[in-house]
Amino acid sequence: MYHPGLAIRNAPRHSAVVRVTHWINTVCFFALIISGAAILVAHPRFYWAETGAVGAPSLFDLPIPFMLGHSGWGRYLHFLAAWACLLNGAVYVVTGLSARHFRRELWPDALQRGAYIGVVFGLFPLIIFTGLAMSPAITSVVPRLVEVFGGQQSARTIHFFAADFLVLFFVGHIFMVSLAGFTDSVRTMITGHGI
Amino acid sequence: MMTRRRLITTGLAGFSGLATAGVLAERYGLIPPDHGGIYGVGETLTYAAQRVLMSRHSLAREFAREQISKVAPVNGDPPRKAVYQRLLARGFADWRLLVDGLVARPGAYSLADLRSFPARTQITHQACEEGWSFIAQWTGVPLSYVLNLAGVGSRAKYVVFFPFDDSWDSLDMADAWHPQTVLAYGMNGEALPTPHGAPLRLRVARQLGYKSVKYLSRITVTETLKGFGQGLGSISPEIGYSWYAGI
Repeated sequence: MYHPGLAIRNAPRHSAVVRVTHWINTVCFFALIISGAAILVAHPRFYWAETGAVGAPSLFDLPIPFMLGHSGWGRYLHFLAAWACLLNGAVYVVTGLSARHFRRELWPDALQRGAYIGVVFGLFPLIIFTGLAMSPAITSVVPRLVEVFGGQQSARTIHFFAADFLVLFFVGHIFMVSLAGFTDSVRTMITGHGI
Repeated sequence: MMTRRRLITTGLAGFSGLATAGVLAERYGLIPPDHGGIYGVGETLTYAAQRVLMSRHSLAREFAREQISKVAPVNGDPPRKAVYQRLLARGFADWRLLVDGLVARPGAYSLADLRSFPARTQITHQACEEGWSFIAQWTGVPLSYVLNLAGVGSRAKYVVFFPFDDSWDSLDMADAWHPQTVLAYGMNGEALPTPHGAPLRLRVARQLGYKSVKYLSRITVTETLKGFGQGLGSISPEIGYSWYAGI
């Protein structure tokens, strides 16, 4: 039987799978945000429904110039990192469910727990599905995928907001980790053990 | 906790699994021509996953006439080459589409020839990799009709497209035979406007806009992409963009 309070010193706070997937996810997250920005700056305007272009009304414009020439490497890196993130995330969720990580290990505090569960089971699926909804090949197989978001440009806009919320979550996450002691928390997430 | 033995067994199983997957992927044409390098891993996963998921003839969404966009921007200028400018000046009366390579009957088709073939009209969505998009109606000959006329050899794996500028691109046979892959000479009910690729452009409904080659001059059917540019399937990978754009 598992007693958190009686856990002996050698029992890791985070399992090996949690630690490895955490750091792979960290690399993927930065790669996705940076490459996403590189793709975005080619056309920093947002639209709703199916279509949108210069000359057509936009939902809102970011106050930055159009910067072409970064979307080539941006796209290559974005899709590579998306695959790594997806496969890594699948390992995390499957092992997490079977090890009951989401029930017992993940933060006793209700608010924090809600935020983390919301990111893992809410924001991540949303950003994956809005990403896929922009693919003309995928939506030829599953047209509903883009229709539920109201169109290809809506999916792009929601994808952008989902990314913003993930960045916001990341900032909050770093803040909470700092409250708990940044160095110790990072050490625990690397070695599995606190001091 | 993972024991060392379990780690080694898992590693070996994973490695032989990958090797087997590689052989199968090669056999079933799931490896894109630009599979090299670290980014090639992502490209290969995307291309293979989409080719496996997609039934070969899953249709891109089509739209109602009212949904046609008022604004349909273009990227790039028409070819400046003298040969293209001369053809344009004479209303493409002397223009011919050359079809050659791995075909039984190489041919040269005039615009009148192409217009006399069974036409397909479709209203589809086109997205640019930059992020913008529009909906337009396209009229033309299904590429499959022209391929059947030419008699494609059984070893054919790609169809290569050459426009009047220095770019070029290619499709695998799944997209080449696809019913919505059209050689378009009409847009929104009129002759194809010059900036949109007159006299003839490719329309590939299940990929991003840059795969729909404009200003077509020649089509070649081939078994291998070696010998075409750097052998990466298109000029796109040579300038940093992926060959497959189903995303």
